[in-house]
Amino acid sequence: MSTPSQTVGPFFAFGLPFEGGERLVEEDGIWITGTVYDGAGEPVHDALIEIWQANRYGRYRHPEDTREELPLEDGFIGFGRCATDENGEFRFYTVKPGATAPHAPHINVIVLARGLLRHLYTRIYFPDEEEANAADPLLSSIEDPAVRETLIARDLRFDIHLQGERQTAFLDV
Amino acid sequence: MTEPDRNTPEYKSTRLRAPDRPLLILPNTLSEITGPVYGHERMGRLDNDLTQQHDGEPLGERIIVSGRVLESDGRPVRNALVEIWQCNAAGRYIHKADQHPAPIDPNFTGAGRTLTDDEGRYRFITIKPGAYPWGNHENAWRPAHIHFSLFGSAFSTRLVTQMYFPGDPLFEFDPIFQSVRDPQSRERMIARFDLDTTTPEWALGYQWDIVLRGREATPMED
Repeated sequence: MSTPSQTVGPFFAFGLPFEGGERLVEEDGIWITGTVYDGAGEPVHDALIEIWQANRYGRYRHPEDTREELPLEDGFIGFGRCATDENGEFRFYTVKPGATAPHAPHINVIVLARGLLRHLYTRIYFPDEEEANAADPLLSSIEDPAVRETLIARDLRFDIHLQGERQTAFLDV
Repeated sequence: MTEPDRNTPEYKSTRLRAPDRPLLILPNTLSEITGPVYGHERMGRLDNDLTQQHDGEPLGERIIVSGRVLESDGRPVRNALVEIWQCNAAGRYIHKADQHPAPIDPNFTGAGRTLTDDEGRYRFITIKPGAYPWGNHENAWRPAHIHFSLFGSAFSTRLVTQMYFPGDPLFEFDPIFQSVRDPQSRERMIARFDLDTTTPEWALGYQWDIVLRGREATPMED
């Protein structure tokens, strides 16, 4: 039996964020930003967002990714961590990942916050990948287009709604 | 059921934050069975002795907290990044949002990080955190706890939890602790006092093993 999860609570700011945590690359990147909202539509100013992604070729820096034909990039880990600010906003400076076929390019997201007894998983997909998105196993498995839309960034903005009619599609990983 | 109920209305902050729509089942893919591997300064500095971070020694009861990080099948997790943060002996966090009128200790920040060794073992030296009041309900107090954050070998085995101390009288009144409905699972969040870990004339020792969630061995679609 595994150790149960507990909330990250409101006081993680001096423990988890680290300098440069929101920058996955130094240059030639894109800024992806978003706001976390609660069920009343209020911004969540004490959330922590973590991302994990493949590099621009679609390769993860991890021994389980054995696709040697795809290059690794020096210095690119693929992990980022950013606390939301007083406006509930987070931001990451990164590269758009390549596709990991059959999956469309996406960034994996963890949401931690006071009030979340277990962290949440979601994914950021990209609006300019219509064809790949249509073939993506997760996106194509979602029947309700409104729910599917919650996983696709608008330009480079990805808002997260924790609850309610506009709730982001969270994943039971 | 090992995990806490996401919807635990007794814990007030869940009411507007816990998702109320069903989660989508996602068979593990490469995205879930991979995850950050420590070994780059971009992930922060290691520091497992919280009593040596300032000029003087912090006040309170010095303790050693040690244990193993294990996969669900009992294998040790090597090189797991373990991060902790906690309040001081008086029950006060250094965080600016903590308004509890208990003293800040200028010699204690309360954050540490380490990596597990080849046997999955971690070790922190710190100060026993105090209990503190919070605004959840009338006369609400959190049992003493240390926050833990862990990365195993995969994004899907990420764990953020809290370690509690044995015999705390506040357990039965704490909706966060009680959000784990199964009593046996709650026990897994409580460290064990250990005389062998205790260092004579210096510090009490606690042992706490952490078991990460299982993960599927290979991506479903491969």
